[in-house]
Amino acid sequence: MGFLDIDNTTKSYGSVEVLHKVDISVEEGEFLVLVGPSGCGKSTLLNMIAGLEEITSGEIRIKDRVMNGVHPSKRNIAMVFQSYALYPNMTVGQNITFGLEMHGTPKPEREEAMHDVAKLLQIEQLLDRKPGALSGGQRQRVAMGRALVRNPDVFLFDEPLSNLDAKLRVDMRTEIKKLHQNLGTTIVYVTHDQIEALTLSTRIAVMNGGYVQQLGTPQEIYDRPANIFVATFMGSPAMNVVPAKVAMENGRPVAHVALHDGSSASLPFSQDNLAAWDGKDILLGIRPETITDEEAADRKSSNIAHLTNRVVVTEPAGSDTFVSMTLGGRDVIARMRSDAEVKPGADFVFAVNMEKAVAFDPQTENRIEA
Amino acid sequence: MAIASQDTAIRTGRVTRTLIYLVLLLFALFYLLPLYVMVVNSVKPLEEITGGGMMNLPRVWTLEPWSKAWSSAQIGVEPTGLRPYFWNSIAMVVPAVAISTVLGALNGYVLTKWRFKYDTILFGLMLFACFIPFQIVLIPMARMLGLMGLAGTTWGLALVHVVYGIGFTTLYFRNYYAVFPTELVRAAQIDGAGFFQIFWRILLPSSGPIAVVSIIWQFTNIWNDFLFGASFADANSQPMTVALNNLVQSSTGVKEYNVHFAGAILAALPTLLVYIVAGRYFVRGLMSGSVKG
Repeated sequence: MGFLDIDNTTKSYGSVEVLHKVDISVEEGEFLVLVGPSGCGKSTLLNMIAGLEEITSGEIRIKDRVMNGVHPSKRNIAMVFQSYALYPNMTVGQNITFGLEMHGTPKPEREEAMHDVAKLLQIEQLLDRKPGALSGGQRQRVAMGRALVRNPDVFLFDEPLSNLDAKLRVDMRTEIKKLHQNLGTTIVYVTHDQIEALTLSTRIAVMNGGYVQQLGTPQEIYDRPANIFVATFMGSPAMNVVPAKVAMENGRPVAHVALHDGSSASLPFSQDNLAAWDGKDILLGIRPETITDEEAADRKSSNIAHLTNRVVVTEPAGSDTFVSMTLGGRDVIARMRSDAEVKPGADFVFAVNMEKAVAFDPQTENRIEA
Repeated sequence: MAIASQDTAIRTGRVTRTLIYLVLLLFALFYLLPLYVMVVNSVKPLEEITGGGMMNLPRVWTLEPWSKAWSSAQIGVEPTGLRPYFWNSIAMVVPAVAISTVLGALNGYVLTKWRFKYDTILFGLMLFACFIPFQIVLIPMARMLGLMGLAGTTWGLALVHVVYGIGFTTLYFRNYYAVFPTELVRAAQIDGAGFFQIFWRILLPSSGPIAVVSIIWQFTNIWNDFLFGASFADANSQPMTVALNNLVQSSTGVKEYNVHFAGAILAALPTLLVYIVAGRYFVRGLMSGSVKG
């Protein structure tokens, strides 16, 4: 039993099922991020936790209390909306205390709570202003203040940063993470931004098409993606997925990948359990940052493979240089340090950290368990 | 000049523009002419009108016709002037406008933020009320008022106007609230506000422009209504419009045109005032939501 249990929960609109048997258990103090492309059902799931959408079947429990059919205000949750949803006719102070007022908290206590929260979020000087007179970042803080003041069991965030400009978004991201670390609150956070998901969460649920594709820590999700969708959705640039053929050489599985000229490179796997795939086709997943030049290859890795291939394009991006090539008939991107000496059109010796490589079943698109 | 020309979508030559202004001026004059005639003749002694020269400015200025129309002119059989009927109209208009506007706002709130099955069909049916001609309902309405014991009363008249107005006010508020962010309602729900608390505390304070539209529309229509007033009111509850008709139709002695003119202006004054006070919100309210920002 967790702190927040989503137990076999489904959601249907008429005969269309949009969420299929979602099963997530969140511990107290966890920061769970629901991430996925638009239409994957992540916001619907959040609204179901909030009580803004009905649960078709299954159960949602907070602190072992079944929430099905319980009114949103009686769930002891607070929500931060994408548009902030600040009441335009009330001042910042009134916005923050409205929930307390509705729950019948006496005025002196409301004032005290308001000042505590305002101090925490550094919005004390804004308390008498109307939301219309605030900047995007300030509105965001007020929206968080309105959630914090209730001291709820669970915080729900619905893409709270997507209306901010790029710089502010990064700042607020850090702010939210700090807040979580200091207050130790339980948070469920919806975003379509995989970087937000990786940076903020203690656990991530990657969703697609109404299914939870994978539930795990950011590290698990990134290093051992359950399937090709998760592998390519999480991480930027996306993980390279190329067709390869497995062959057993000296008792070790080796991936043979076609180079630009039709010849093939051998990339020996670190994992041993691919024996069953001897002679079969797989899809090989390699993260861009694990393809480097020899000098920058991970020294701790026990399995660096080399391949010589033609460089198609180089894209210097300041801190890194993105190098593209053709591997297994697909475009593959390598992420190199900016001073790697790579020239487009020339052959280059790439170092591939095969410890980090993953193999997928081409039929099911699931990762072959290591 | 450069700034001015940026505002106009179509650049025209000076000659064309002068021509356009001239034509517009002509139309404006033509349109204002009746008002001029009314005002000018309401401050003349009767002899000046009967002696011809309706368009002339008065030689002797007098407010006598105004006070006569207000307090002593013959309306039907009683020499009461328009005053009691003016108060009848106020007593009918104020509750009718207030109730129909509040009900329209509530309907709009429910139809947009508390959606239910077939709500669009219900809204369509309510819209239908806007297209029902007054004449059709006269007899059934008279019967209903009779059954309710409201026949010939100001309250009965107010009720008729409320019923007729709900279609329009619902349309206004529904369309206004359709673009009102639903997230605000959801946030208020999570904050623990109930159905009416959300309405009073969140929606209504943001409904200024559309409330003004609804009030102007309802006030003008109800104040100017003649048919319902003539059909459902008795001698003690007749509204201003019916009284004005009686003033003009009363055929004892000479026709006092100056008094008639003054009475007509008195009857039109409240709607004029409402437009002047709240008119700028009218356009703003009608246009709100059509363009963002």
